[in-house]
Amino acid sequence: MDIAFVLTQAITQAIGVTAIIYLLATMGLNIQFGYTGLLNFGQIAFVAVGSYGIGVFVIYRGWSLWASILVALVLSVILSLILGVPTLRLRADYLAIVTIATGEIMRLATKSLDPLGGSQGISGKMGDDFYALNPFPEQDRFEFGPLNFSRNDLWVVVVGWVVIALLLLLTWALMRSPWGRILKGIREDEDAVRSLGKSTYLRKMQALVLGGLFGTLAGIFWAVAKQSVQPDSFVPDFTFFCYTILILGGAARVLGPVLGAIIFWFLLVFIEQFLILLVQGGTITFLSTTQIGPIRFILVGVGLMLLMIFRPQGILGDRKEIRLDAR
Amino acid sequence: MHRGATRLVLLVLGAFVALFALSGVANAADPSVTAVVTDADKTPIPGVAVSVTSADGFSGTGTTDDEGVATVLVPASGKYIVTVDEATVPDGQSIKDGPERTVNVLTGDKKVFFPVGSGDGDGGGDTGGSSITLSRVLQLVVDGIILSLLIALAALGLNLIFGTTGLTNFAHGELLTLGAFTTLVLNAPPIGLNIFIAAPLGVLLSALLWGWGQNQLIWRPLRRRQTGLIAAMIVTIGMAIAIRYTLLLFFGGAPRSYEQFAGQPGVEIGPVFITPKSMVLSTIAVVVLIATVLWLRNSRIGKATRAVSDNPALASASGVNVERVIAVVWILGAGLAAYSGVFLGMTQNVIWTMGQYLLLVLFASVVLGGLGTIGGAIVGAFVVGITVQLSTLIVPTELKTAAALALMILLLLVRPQGLLGRPERVG
Repeated sequence: MDIAFVLTQAITQAIGVTAIIYLLATMGLNIQFGYTGLLNFGQIAFVAVGSYGIGVFVIYRGWSLWASILVALVLSVILSLILGVPTLRLRADYLAIVTIATGEIMRLATKSLDPLGGSQGISGKMGDDFYALNPFPEQDRFEFGPLNFSRNDLWVVVVGWVVIALLLLLTWALMRSPWGRILKGIREDEDAVRSLGKSTYLRKMQALVLGGLFGTLAGIFWAVAKQSVQPDSFVPDFTFFCYTILILGGAARVLGPVLGAIIFWFLLVFIEQFLILLVQGGTITFLSTTQIGPIRFILVGVGLMLLMIFRPQGILGDRKEIRLDAR
Repeated sequence: MHRGATRLVLLVLGAFVALFALSGVANAADPSVTAVVTDADKTPIPGVAVSVTSADGFSGTGTTDDEGVATVLVPASGKYIVTVDEATVPDGQSIKDGPERTVNVLTGDKKVFFPVGSGDGDGGGDTGGSSITLSRVLQLVVDGIILSLLIALAALGLNLIFGTTGLTNFAHGELLTLGAFTTLVLNAPPIGLNIFIAAPLGVLLSALLWGWGQNQLIWRPLRRRQTGLIAAMIVTIGMAIAIRYTLLLFFGGAPRSYEQFAGQPGVEIGPVFITPKSMVLSTIAVVVLIATVLWLRNSRIGKATRAVSDNPALASASGVNVERVIAVVWILGAGLAAYSGVFLGMTQNVIWTMGQYLLLVLFASVVLGGLGTIGGAIVGAFVVGITVQLSTLIVPTELKTAAALALMILLLLVRPQGLLGRPERVG
């Protein structure tokens, strides 16, 4: 293992399946938190709806993937309504607490209820309908310079980035429309928007629904790409990684999450693999390879703190837009 | 203020030492391993074969008696593997979390619990769904009250910090974990202080290090920079992740227990089963809670705290030193959380995720009771604590936390300000 391998690994991850999943979820958060100022700390709940929607309906019910995707998206809208109705009229931190709680309720429920897979989760060929459409020629590996992908991975990654490009276009168009300007208005001064006769409650609900749908797409993508759904993947830390990505790239910027996700995963994988290299090469003797996992979480935590304190606008953002207050 | 604070610290310390001393049961018998096999209702199962082996060739066996207990004497302290022969468990049932446990026997008796049932829960406990009996309800209410006290201690600090600074502290669970680990460091070798000394010292040290220190190092500078409350909230999330994984890095992921009272046998009082350590810890918790509430109500600094919670600008204009009040609140909050952590660590285990799992229950309590209110934290804690335990009558044990969280969301629908909060409408 050498430094070139480390770099290749990092680049593959930065544009690979994991980065796409996090990016989709973060783009949803960008609409909710970045543009509207809604503190959704339970994006993972929407992701879980997507993944479990696919797992339960395709594997347990034998539905086609496409019908299951539709059901998952409908369930996602219902979840938004359940979360939004009690909290969107209250102070911002209530939504934060209720969403993080809902994420945990869903994780505990899927873990203990057998119709939802129980603690073993759901595994099976839930992405077959999707892989059947793979247009790439039959061959084992596809090589692009140092990077290489399996046939299915390449198909997943290409479709993932096309979907992301379309959604970025949608976000861009929405946010420069009058509707998007109202969302930003709510973030800046909700009372002012209300005094202009706009229903801020309705707009916040719409933002919650839209952002949630992005999260659910991330979950659908996850289930299709990994062909397995495990309850303990859906921990609150997922959402906090998304926040780190969002703030790193720049909240309330269309391309913020993209830049954030690529840099975040590149750095995370690069540092991890580089440390492993140093430990195995004997350069670092005070750590063992098993201790490197926690180190990367510590880096994320400290990184999130430092970013929020010293550069809340991230790389692309505008500092004035991130001066949020809870009251 | 200083005299009042000193007096409080002395009071707490005194309560600690006195109550621990009262319960002090000599715990220095020959080393042994006791396996306790019970079914979902905590009814003992007799006639189950248990074997104890060690790496250096020791092997001993026993059979559970009418109380579901089998004790095997071991030659010396060390690591032992305890295995239950599942073939001897009636009705073809299996042991939750598997029939094998590795235990570290120190001195005296090490208790190992083997709950029978299906599934692989978050460790121990009984599965729900089986018959509802009066004794089971009573047991759950008692367990619920103990949990409530533990929650109330931490929730009070969470609410005080929220009230005075407006900060929703997502790293409050980690204050609890840090308290438990600080005590563990003092209690475990090489320092090896007895828990009677390690616990109060650990709580005191946590209050200063993690409470006062955190405020000085992070929150005071951030208030000076006028960092927004939402930004600060996200900072607490980063901090929670960083603290948690730092503890994992240094202490590893395996659950630890304190050197003393780790496997204390329970006693039966009427229909209820309770360990002496829980009783002592609960008594101290009650004393601490009452002392804190009285102090907030009557002392000068306590009144100043409530004034700052009410309106910081007005309090400041009236001559209250707001920064000093906030420092005191952080010290108090961290101290209360640390004791809560030691409580949890002594009755269950010390593990790096202990605070994380309690955090949402804490939030449920303060939201139920009313965010930022002092009485609300305690009322909410009792509602949540007892709900969590009683919910196992109908839902699987793994879902008991979910029951409390669902209760919180339902209450928000009808009474968003919480049971004792003031209504405050924004949208």
